[in-house]
Amino acid sequence: MKSFAELNFPGRLIAVEGLDGSGKSTQIYLLKRWLEAEGIKVYFSEWNSSEIVKAATSKGKKRELLTPTTFSLIHATDFADRYERHLLPLLRAGYIVLCDRYIFTAFARDVTRGCPPDWVRGNYSFAARPDLTMFFKADLEVSLNRILEGRPKLKFFEAGMDLNLSKDPYESFKIFQGRILEQYLALSKEFDFVTMNANVNVEKQQVIVRKLVSERIDLKKFKRRSPLPLPPALQVEIETLEIEEDKAA
Amino acid sequence: MSTKKPRRFYGHGIPRVKPEELGGKLIVVEGADGSGRSTQIAELVQWLETSGRPTVQVGLKRSTLVSAELEKAQEGNVLSRTTLGLFYATDFADQLENIMLPALKAGFIVLADRYIYTLMARDLVRGMDEKWLKNLYGIALEPDAVFYLSVEPEELVQRNLAKSATLDYWESGMDLGLSRDVFDSFLTYQSAMQSAFKTMQKTYGFDIVDANRSVSAVNKELRKKISAVLDAE
Repeated sequence: MKSFAELNFPGRLIAVEGLDGSGKSTQIYLLKRWLEAEGIKVYFSEWNSSEIVKAATSKGKKRELLTPTTFSLIHATDFADRYERHLLPLLRAGYIVLCDRYIFTAFARDVTRGCPPDWVRGNYSFAARPDLTMFFKADLEVSLNRILEGRPKLKFFEAGMDLNLSKDPYESFKIFQGRILEQYLALSKEFDFVTMNANVNVEKQQVIVRKLVSERIDLKKFKRRSPLPLPPALQVEIETLEIEEDKAA
Repeated sequence: MSTKKPRRFYGHGIPRVKPEELGGKLIVVEGADGSGRSTQIAELVQWLETSGRPTVQVGLKRSTLVSAELEKAQEGNVLSRTTLGLFYATDFADQLENIMLPALKAGFIVLADRYIYTLMARDLVRGMDEKWLKNLYGIALEPDAVFYLSVEPEELVQRNLAKSATLDYWESGMDLGLSRDVFDSFLTYQSAMQSAFKTMQKTYGFDIVDANRSVSAVNKELRKKISAVLDAE
């Protein structure tokens, strides 16, 4: 699987992966703010956010209509839409694209749900490898606490209730997340993830993230061009006016 | 088609579903719009149910999960080819798992008004990778019989115009930019679809039925062939 740089795209794609509650979304958001402030062309894309597909996915989730197969396919459809309509053109145009979750989320999650790994990978084989994948690895307990403290009501699929791991959503969530973590760890070596210690505080992590990104990517190449100067004709007219006034005086 | 084939999925299949537990029969009718598919299926349902056999019908874009959303997305012409392909695959999988497999388990005859072959042909014509498609549709169950209703593109034009006085955007392949003219585009696209089906025929062994003939002549042939499939029980 080739990266966007290896495929000679002018843009670069950075992905963050990790369990719910690993703090990856906060980190990529802070990275985005920094890149924007630096005047870099940056675009952010979130898992499961295609305008066209999202409605069907949320209906499927609410009504518990999804099987492991359709869960996988509908997320692949969502990804394909964002990939073909947003990511590819932006990468062609030299953007830094930031993805909160990429195909590895599907590799880890859908396989945990029982889909064959080859099938899932084959379905996503149209996608290139990110130029940098940061995997936010927190202790399972830390991630679980972050989620379970803040948002006590777990959704059906989020808790992996479709897998019949436990009748108790909290217990089910814990087992499910533990299994996803195992999948992530296996993917980590195969796909060259840079593992980030997500147990340390947010600010320290962000310093590391920014350092890593600036080492890996020559950021000045991705700056927006400076704003265009004023049209010269208008300036000339003003000067002429001033000169004429001078004469009159 | 007189010997009973063992049940199998084309590829990985559906997690935790054992094909040998699926009884019933899966009969697929393929063909372009205007090939007479719906008419033939209606007649077959009538015939089968009269003879005391329970039937269930499925078709493209009929899933509870995504049919409405897919329809809406197609109206706006904003879908790119991978997205369109995967959207249809989701629609297919939803019907496969929620309608076809339970019905077969219960011994029903499932009549599919188009199956993965149309979806694959459409995607192939749009330049999608064949290996990618085969993996994707490895979830599909191998049918007991597949009938491809073959009609010449020129005849399809006549039938479509006689029915609705217009040619459908997608059935004319207008998204491919083959021609600005919908009439020319329809002919070119339908010929490309036919060649895709002919190529697939070698792999999947469809029964090609000459559907340039009358409804009753085609139906007579279908009944005869389906009887043979049912007798092979």
